[in-house]
Amino acid sequence: MKKLSKLYLGIVFFFLYAPILVLIVFSFNQSKSRSVWTGFTLDWYVKLFHNEVILNSLWTTLSIALIAGVVSTILGTAAAVGISSMRRGPRRLVINTTYLPIMNPEILTGVSLMLLFSFLAIPRGYLTLVIAHITFCVPYVILSVLPKLRQMDRFVYEAALDLGCSPRKAFFKAVVPQIMPGIMTGFLMALTYSIDDFVISYFVSGSSAQTLPITIYSMTRRRVSPEINALSTILFLAVLTVLLLINVKDAKIWKERRKKEAARL
Amino acid sequence: MKKFVCILLALFLLAALPLSCRAEEINGVDVSGFTGDYDKFKGQNITINVYNWGEYISEGSDGESLDVNQLFEELTGIHVNYLNFATNEELYAKLKAGGADYDVIFPSDYMISRMIEEDMLEKLDFSNIPNYANISDNFKNMEHDPNNEYCVPYMWGTVGIVYNTTMVEEVPDSWDALWDEQYAGQILMFSNPRDAFGIAQFKLGYSVNTTDPVEIEEAAAELRNQKPLVAAYVMDEIFDKMGGGEAALAPYYAGDAITMMEENPDLAFVVPKEGTNLFSDAMCIPKGAKNKEAAELYINFMCEGPVALANSEYIGYSSPNEAALALMDEEMRNNKIAYPDEGVLDNTEPFLNLDEESNVLMSNLWTYIISSNDNYNQLVMPAFVLGAVALSIGINVARSRRRKPK
Repeated sequence: MKKLSKLYLGIVFFFLYAPILVLIVFSFNQSKSRSVWTGFTLDWYVKLFHNEVILNSLWTTLSIALIAGVVSTILGTAAAVGISSMRRGPRRLVINTTYLPIMNPEILTGVSLMLLFSFLAIPRGYLTLVIAHITFCVPYVILSVLPKLRQMDRFVYEAALDLGCSPRKAFFKAVVPQIMPGIMTGFLMALTYSIDDFVISYFVSGSSAQTLPITIYSMTRRRVSPEINALSTILFLAVLTVLLLINVKDAKIWKERRKKEAARL
Repeated sequence: MKKFVCILLALFLLAALPLSCRAEEINGVDVSGFTGDYDKFKGQNITINVYNWGEYISEGSDGESLDVNQLFEELTGIHVNYLNFATNEELYAKLKAGGADYDVIFPSDYMISRMIEEDMLEKLDFSNIPNYANISDNFKNMEHDPNNEYCVPYMWGTVGIVYNTTMVEEVPDSWDALWDEQYAGQILMFSNPRDAFGIAQFKLGYSVNTTDPVEIEEAAAELRNQKPLVAAYVMDEIFDKMGGGEAALAPYYAGDAITMMEENPDLAFVVPKEGTNLFSDAMCIPKGAKNKEAAELYINFMCEGPVALANSEYIGYSSPNEAALALMDEEMRNNKIAYPDEGVLDNTEPFLNLDEESNVLMSNLWTYIISSNDNYNQLVMPAFVLGAVALSIGINVARSRRRKPK
């Protein structure tokens, strides 16, 4: 039985990681082929760093993700704090309207944003991309901050006021540290969704900027270049490193805590 | 102090002196023979938005090819904002939706005629494009722009059959080969309707620009008959499938066929005797472009011999530019796949814009062809799902049983 469940786990991981593995392997392939292995090379990595089209769209993607992430985190956190102190009826209403953009098919969001920008005569480009990304990121932040607010002991805030904090200081000193994990989750979600997004960006991008997913898509008439494999490999490894670092750090913190507890006993 | 500033300014002027006259060589490219007023916009900090197909320009990332956009920027001081699209329809939609200002676009033949019909293109001022003289007469007065007013040809090519000589005995010099039962399951087909219908229409001897619904229906019937023999409907996946020897026959563009043949020497290319499609992509300026003159300068630059040559070599498609052909190495220029004889070219037909009704009819029929699945075993997927569900139930039951004795 144990063997079977291990096999099952193995299959799941295989399905999850086989595509990435293939992608990484073929980033070292000599020819442009995605099916025939012709020899090892690092050429695609060299070319990648000379390919301005890809690099430009990578910077566009990352900068938009960062701006959208930060702005939507601020907006979303503020909104969540406001929502959590509402009365029950209006709160439900607002939370449900927050769910709406998430449930809404992306393509609808994309088209409606495009129509809105055309209607307002905002030239489509970098600015519209940023606005659109903030729009679809805010709900994710709200929904990840809200539970933290609910868990929080609101008397801490009142105690801070009683002890002489101004409301602003009390908010930053007593509330924000408690909901920080929620804010971080929201920020990371916003970042990921923004980097990931194709459909909405496709509709709202214009003549001044395009994101990486659009660049990759545009290669499909000719041929998607293995430089994209190289780029994906680098991105994957970067994310993996970040995850590993976070885990190592967490493990250290746990160890120290346990040590302290042991010492106390 | 004043003196010091004076000396400093004088030094600056001296330093600027060699810059003020046109350098003979930029990035290792001899630009002394370039014709055009490339200094006109220097120092004006102009940006043009160029909207081209993905991977459709020489961009110098391999260290050998020329970085065309960078050379233009250094030559003229105009900044190029380079963006990509994947299909003609995407380009059309982006322009129609408004709010995006492109200065130079690269539509294909039928899309040019559609854009001209809908008054979406600016007439070019050819006095700003002296290098138009480099364009071969074969590519002037083409059907999509009969009076040479709107576009300057960029690349062209034919459609033919790529085949694997180890799997196909005789040369498949007729479109009928794609309907040959002995190659069942080894045929690839275009996954875009216009090219696919075009092949069926050539096979039947109809015009590819027919608007007769009966003829379109007949072509659709041919494609339906062909479906059981087709292994897959593909676009760029064809490189892997043909390169890896997974399929025997596939219709595709000549330039890409040459690329495939370099990878897999067993492959060959033939233009069927019934005639074929001649496609061409050209440079145009959309209505309302903000920097029309700078855009014309860009188009002129793209027609310079060395630039057109670099693009043609990078992309692998045929160049309509005679100055580029003159610089091209013999082997490529004599390549009958890229530059076929007049006889082959005479037997070609370009795509033109169809009327709305025919477009709708064609896309409906195509959806029907692609989505009907006579041969596909419909039990496979449900069986797989059921199996997976049963497995997970089994595992859970086994687990809870094991727990119970405790």
